[in-house]
Amino acid sequence: MNSRIGYIAFNTFREAVRDRVLYNLIAFALLLSGAAILVGEISIDIERLVVVNLGLTAVSLFGVVIAIFIGIGLVSKEIDKRTLYTVLSRPVRRWEFVVGKFFGLTGTLVVNTFLMAIGVFLALLYVAHRFEKMDVWVLVALYFIVLQFLIVCALALFFSSFSTPLMSAVFTFALFVIGNLAEDLRGFAKITQGVGGWIATAIAYLVPNFSALNVISQVAHGDAVPGRLILYNSVYTLLYSAMAISGAVLIFQRRNLK
Amino acid sequence: MAAIEILDLEKSYLVGFWRKRPKLALRPLRLTIEEGEVFGFLGPNGAGKTTTLKLLMGLVFPTAGTARILGMDIDDPRVKSQIGFLPEQPYFYDHLSARELLNYYAQLSGVPAKGRSARVEQMLARVGLSDSAGVQLRKFSKGMLQRLGLAQAIVHDPKLVFLDEPMSGLDPMGRREVRDLIQQMRHEGKTVFFSTHILSDAEALCDRVGVIHQGELRGVGAVAELTSQTQGKVEIIFYSRTVPAGLTSLGAEARLSGDMVNAVLPEEQQDAALEVLRRERLKLISLTPVRSSLEEYYIQKLRPTESRTEESRKGVGV
Repeated sequence: MNSRIGYIAFNTFREAVRDRVLYNLIAFALLLSGAAILVGEISIDIERLVVVNLGLTAVSLFGVVIAIFIGIGLVSKEIDKRTLYTVLSRPVRRWEFVVGKFFGLTGTLVVNTFLMAIGVFLALLYVAHRFEKMDVWVLVALYFIVLQFLIVCALALFFSSFSTPLMSAVFTFALFVIGNLAEDLRGFAKITQGVGGWIATAIAYLVPNFSALNVISQVAHGDAVPGRLILYNSVYTLLYSAMAISGAVLIFQRRNLK
Repeated sequence: MAAIEILDLEKSYLVGFWRKRPKLALRPLRLTIEEGEVFGFLGPNGAGKTTTLKLLMGLVFPTAGTARILGMDIDDPRVKSQIGFLPEQPYFYDHLSARELLNYYAQLSGVPAKGRSARVEQMLARVGLSDSAGVQLRKFSKGMLQRLGLAQAIVHDPKLVFLDEPMSGLDPMGRREVRDLIQQMRHEGKTVFFSTHILSDAEALCDRVGVIHQGELRGVGAVAELTSQTQGKVEIIFYSRTVPAGLTSLGAEARLSGDMVNAVLPEEQQDAALEVLRRERLKLISLTPVRSSLEEYYIQKLRPTESRTEESRKGVGV
């Protein structure tokens, strides 16, 4: 990685940590330990199912909220506070700045997810008293959640490159919700004819396919995740994020910093 | 070699919500700053000083024209490693300490890892922030931030430094410190281009000044020349409790202050005035030619000329 991108990414990570973003872990830990204790008391044979479902959904939601609310301010905050002026007056290209900020935030989310994942596995151990072979699929689900974060961060960055923070948050969250229904949209597009069908197909393939990245329910039941889905999701995320970041860079390159 | 060559740089913005129309922020600007020069860019608020600096820094893009910095085009990435910039009322990452901030900027500027820490410590000492090096910037006063701003602008030892209103909002002590730092830069042979509306600072620091108003460069001149021009008048100060009648008849504008008189009169009446003082047996304190001040030059350049008034009547301009 270009060293300047690395420096910007590290500074973004450091800012998030010092701004107490990781404090969400406390809320997460309280939620999960409370749930684990409760489940241990009242559930019969479905403790694992409940803990995996609840734990992974919480990891996903906490992360998405962080990704959106920090992502939309990554660039706009620097413009508003004019911290960007002293960065861009150095040998830093605008695309390096955008990419560095993206890596900084995704790095924060990876660390956050890693710490939450430890919490999920501790809760699993508490309710099931031992790890099972199928728990490895929980790791895959966590990997997919991280892929979701990459796309959400890229989208937040893209929208914030031309819109206000509030509108960027609305757009990104709307796309996250619609993206979770992407498979249904694709199904709908298949059965629609004519121009409507074309439009439905275009929308279905344009919105990020978050439903393919959501295997929480599957792994909660102990089902395996196919290897080709892991490959498909990895490539898909890479391409989709790259596309959104490229869009953000293209817009930011031409922007006058008033 | 010219440090900065501004070649008809022009900037207009589109304003209005529905019907967008261009608003000229900077009329075609042509200006050359030589290497090693301290140049003051003077003008009232909203004159176009910051726009010019932002154009040179690549923060906004010109509508027309271009500029060359240290012989390179402003788009050339190599330029940025040789220039330093302090924006107006700088705001820095307040989650960082002064040491971390300077280290971060040194990294981005390509200062080699070996010797980077030493350079950062040296800069902290130079701006008098060594004792606060580990304190987060959210606890810094405005004066401390301004000094840190100067340190970040020179942490990579640039040849050319751009400072936007470096003294604005500082108390007299803070202004003095910043002035001393700019003097040091001059002694190191750096070219300094700074914008200000505080004329005394410009007079004390600059080799040349340019006056900009309503996006238009109204004049450029060497400070030494501007302030050495006499106005054909002399100022005589002497001890007396009254203004001698003989002096008034020579056309002197006299002012009594305690037991001293301050009289300004045409240069050709100088000998006659001294004769009056001798005759009245009054003790002379000083006799000096009245020189132009930078303030007079500035105000003169800010006055609208007929052609400008005509333009504004036609609705051209900012």
